[in-house]
Amino acid sequence: MTDAYTDAFTDAPSACPACAATPMARRQAAAAAGEAQAGRVMLSLPEIRCAGCISGVEKALAAEPGVRSARVNFTLKRATVETDPGVTPARLVAALDRAGHAAHELDASALSMTETDRAGRDLLMRLAVAGFAAMNVMLLSVAVWSGAADATRDLFHWISAAIAIPAVIFSGRPFYVSAWGALRKGRLNMDVPITLAIVLAVGTSLWETSLSGKHAYFDAAIALVFFLLGGRYLDHRTRAVARSAAEELAALEVPRAWRVAEGREEEVRVGDLAAGDLVRVKPGGRMPVDGEIVAGTSELDRGLLTGETRPVFAGPGQAVSAGEVNLTGPLEVRVTAAGRESSLHRMADLVAVAESAKNRYTSLADRAAGLYAPGVHILSALAGIGWWLYTGDLRLALNIAAAVLIITCPCALGLAVPAVTTAASGRLFRHGLLIKDGTALERLAEVDTVLFDKTGTLTLGTPEVTGLDAHARDDLALARALAEGSAHPLSRALAEAVAAQGIAPVTLEAHREVPGYGAEAIWQGRTVRLGRADWVGAAPGETTAAWLGVEGRAPVAFTFADRLRPGAREAVDGLKAAGLQVALVSGDAAPAVARFAASVGIDDWTAEVLPEGKAARVEALHSGGAKVLFVGDGLNDTAALAAAHASISPATALDAARTASDIVLLGADIAPLAGAVTTARSAVRRIRENFAIATWYNVIAVPIAIAGFATPLAAALAMSASSLTVSLNALRVR
Amino acid sequence: MEVLALLIPVALVLGGIGLAAFYWAVRSDQFDDPEGDARRILDDEYDDSPRGD
Repeated sequence: MTDAYTDAFTDAPSACPACAATPMARRQAAAAAGEAQAGRVMLSLPEIRCAGCISGVEKALAAEPGVRSARVNFTLKRATVETDPGVTPARLVAALDRAGHAAHELDASALSMTETDRAGRDLLMRLAVAGFAAMNVMLLSVAVWSGAADATRDLFHWISAAIAIPAVIFSGRPFYVSAWGALRKGRLNMDVPITLAIVLAVGTSLWETSLSGKHAYFDAAIALVFFLLGGRYLDHRTRAVARSAAEELAALEVPRAWRVAEGREEEVRVGDLAAGDLVRVKPGGRMPVDGEIVAGTSELDRGLLTGETRPVFAGPGQAVSAGEVNLTGPLEVRVTAAGRESSLHRMADLVAVAESAKNRYTSLADRAAGLYAPGVHILSALAGIGWWLYTGDLRLALNIAAAVLIITCPCALGLAVPAVTTAASGRLFRHGLLIKDGTALERLAEVDTVLFDKTGTLTLGTPEVTGLDAHARDDLALARALAEGSAHPLSRALAEAVAAQGIAPVTLEAHREVPGYGAEAIWQGRTVRLGRADWVGAAPGETTAAWLGVEGRAPVAFTFADRLRPGAREAVDGLKAAGLQVALVSGDAAPAVARFAASVGIDDWTAEVLPEGKAARVEALHSGGAKVLFVGDGLNDTAALAAAHASISPATALDAARTASDIVLLGADIAPLAGAVTTARSAVRRIRENFAIATWYNVIAVPIAIAGFATPLAAALAMSASSLTVSLNALRVR
Repeated sequence: MEVLALLIPVALVLGGIGLAAFYWAVRSDQFDDPEGDARRILDDEYDDSPRGD
């Protein structure tokens, strides 16, 4: 299966004879390795856009030795690669990078594609069978409605029965299973009246047909199943798309760590680490576990855990927690808690408890079903009993009871919510917002207060130099020279800012980086340093700063502010314009928060808030009757995210935070946030309208059915018309 | 009306063929990547000879 590449090159005799030989050798190698266990690598291709890219990516992958086959799924922007054992994903990513395609490795175990897939196909198949049967039965019914009589009518009814009964049994299974599940727990859900309507319609129709009666509702029974399955399928698709996108985000973080054992380093899964292991964390890497530093000095970015923007010093003996980012030097960490025991996981457990609170929210559909299901049963039973007492004719009474159940068909109700949520989540997805939870839209529409986290949410969590003009040109040139070549975020920001002013760096000697402290060099015979305050010889200040020290001179400070996330101001303004209260709660120091709040236009801010404090603030607002939307990204936000009425996190957030939130912002721009609230409100308005439409149909149709004037034709018309109106209304979501 | 004896089975068989074709299409992963398939058809890579798996 390396043929995608082979064909392209063997067909045209190439200028390079060796090229023809390598694929053959590769094919033999592949055949030899065939018995060995094959690997499967999933790659995410976020930037694939054109038709040419598909074959480009497939060719580039197939050209790598050890690749058996590669297939791009353009819809999911993902490539699946079957490889020989021992082919590392990193090599494939590098190969694609050389070919000009950005790719990221996905953790295949975090993707449960097949599971969702099977359920989706199952529904699609049932929908197809119901559609096929409905069309054929409708054709026969049209003949009956237009006046077929006697033997012809009976024949048509029997054929309809022969098509409809097996189709209803097969296609309606999801409803029967769900109805039975609800009844066993002693509850009523929407599927109970649906099942009853189907069973009663088919049963009385069969009885009528055997007595060569005039009215048979086979067409209504199968059409009911078809429309309802349509709603179910829409619902499933929306959720499947959201789930697969959410899984992809989780899968992008492949949990790997470098374990040091007997002087060798090996790459292992984080899940395989145990307490007592020695782990090496490279600069730029995230702590996979809780532990204690054994060797190395560096600086740690704790932004995701605490919201602090200032990097903290890290040296031997210091405790670290999972989720912190190592900035400068390599660290060796002795694992104290891994996997389930680590602080990250303990936080996730907290979230799991809090989520049950969110599950207490009853969706509009459930509330409607709670009113509708008992009402319909009582109405239909009363109609049946009334007619039986009045005429003493059980057959007529049953027929009318069935007609009432079918006419009040929950078709429109079954479509009312999924049609709107599909339209609304599709719209939001195009704006870069991923709806993870079924009731998230409804809850988002109800919020009246927005709480923002600062670091990583309204800011990007990357530093930006402030007040550069206040410095002498010579200092800037020196600072650029020292900062260049360092991977530390502050150094990089400083070097870029100075370079942007067109100031050339000075020439240095003996330049070296001291992990955890800064950079040092010799300049014109004097020692120069750029780094932490205490190392350069200055008193640490309130703001994030890098100090430049020249031997024999007082050190100068370069101050930094967190870079504003694009669209932050628009989002805040938009939310205010929508009539929401906006507040900022941050774990960062007060001066930084105050300055930032003023710059985005938030008057209500709180600084140095602990994680519990954020959740407590949400609870306090809730008990005051407010509905809170929490927007946050860090570990310190997870409890608040879970406790809030609705929650949003950016895609760069920690996995735990994304899991806890209902909506994930996929892009870097946060501006769509304001639009999301408006869309959610509009969606809920449409859902309510849909319920109103469905109710009006019933108000008109039910008396007709109870009076005994309902015919199968009227039932079919009412059902189709209400389903269609509801679906069209859903498309008006703005 | 005798024509019904012919027309009804014909209608059912034709519909059944459509259903079977749909079943086959679902089973053979043809709805997995609708966007990709729409673009792959524009690719002239396998115009002269099919992909030999």
